[in-house]
Amino acid sequence: MTTGDNELMIEFLLGHINYWLFVVLMMTGLYIVIVRGNYVKKIVGLNIFQTAVFMFYISIGKITGGTAPIFPTDSQGRIRPDPDIVYSNPLPHVLILTAIVVGIATTALGLALIVRIREEYNTIEEDDVLEIETKLAEQENRIHGFGPGGGA
Amino acid sequence: MAETIINVVLFSMLVLTALALVRMERLFTIVMLAGVFSLLAAMLFVTLDAVDVAFTEAAVGAGVSTVLYLGTIALTARGCKPSVRPSTVPLLVCIITGAVLIWGTLDMPNFGDAEAPAEVHVAQYYLTESVKEIDVPNVVTSILASYRGFDTLGEVAVIFAAGVGVLLIISRMPGQGRRKDKEDS
Repeated sequence: MTTGDNELMIEFLLGHINYWLFVVLMMTGLYIVIVRGNYVKKIVGLNIFQTAVFMFYISIGKITGGTAPIFPTDSQGRIRPDPDIVYSNPLPHVLILTAIVVGIATTALGLALIVRIREEYNTIEEDDVLEIETKLAEQENRIHGFGPGGGA
Repeated sequence: MAETIINVVLFSMLVLTALALVRMERLFTIVMLAGVFSLLAAMLFVTLDAVDVAFTEAAVGAGVSTVLYLGTIALTARGCKPSVRPSTVPLLVCIITGAVLIWGTLDMPNFGDAEAPAEVHVAQYYLTESVKEIDVPNVVTSILASYRGFDTLGEVAVIFAAGVGVLLIISRMPGQGRRKDKEDS
């Protein structure tokens, strides 16, 4: 391998490490959602998953040597655009701004559901809820029979 | 170069925080670590030039959602049971999905490339024309409130729906008591 190849390799690694770290982060969130039975922890896992997607979008919008997309103003507050300044892409920022606020709304909804589940089942573990539901279904099957319309 | 190093270090810390969260059992620790995670995410957003997003993440992710989590665990339970489920298949699923996603990133343009397809499309229009058309120094504001105003309207609709949903779920409607209450009466 020549030095040129090595440099290209390092450039490729640095140019893609953000995307790879995003994948690791996203899969960590997914793993927490699948494996852990506690509902609060599942919501935290979903939030990690979501933040990983935000990171991906914002990484795409970044330009090397760029700065935040805000124009300089003079003392009177008038905008003085400077063509020499490089700005990062503002569009992903807008999309993610919306997504964060929608994310907190869905999180609140999920947490409200958890509070309600705890009122109904007295537990916030998925395994316990499934156990209680299975018992209830068996009871109802014993009363109403297993036939169509009777099975729960 | 320094920017890249800060970016990679912060991102690695974010990943480590998430990995530490996997094994935690006490919900209070989990919630606090989720707050740390959000603050680290906000710092990373600053290094990636998304200052508005960093503001929102710090306020909403580390502030509001931590309060919501704390309220929830105060109303429900403090700890979570150690997992008894088999974790081999989920791990395998996650690794395979991750591998496929990484394979998909291989032909993406380099991080920070000014010629990448995402930068040369409508973003340039916003950066050059928004001064004339909207006259607001912050380009993110002019896109959010003007060019993509309908997006923001939809966002407000979602928040309204979620708020109504939370109220309906939490407050018990008349005649819709607990199962136990009905059995007792």
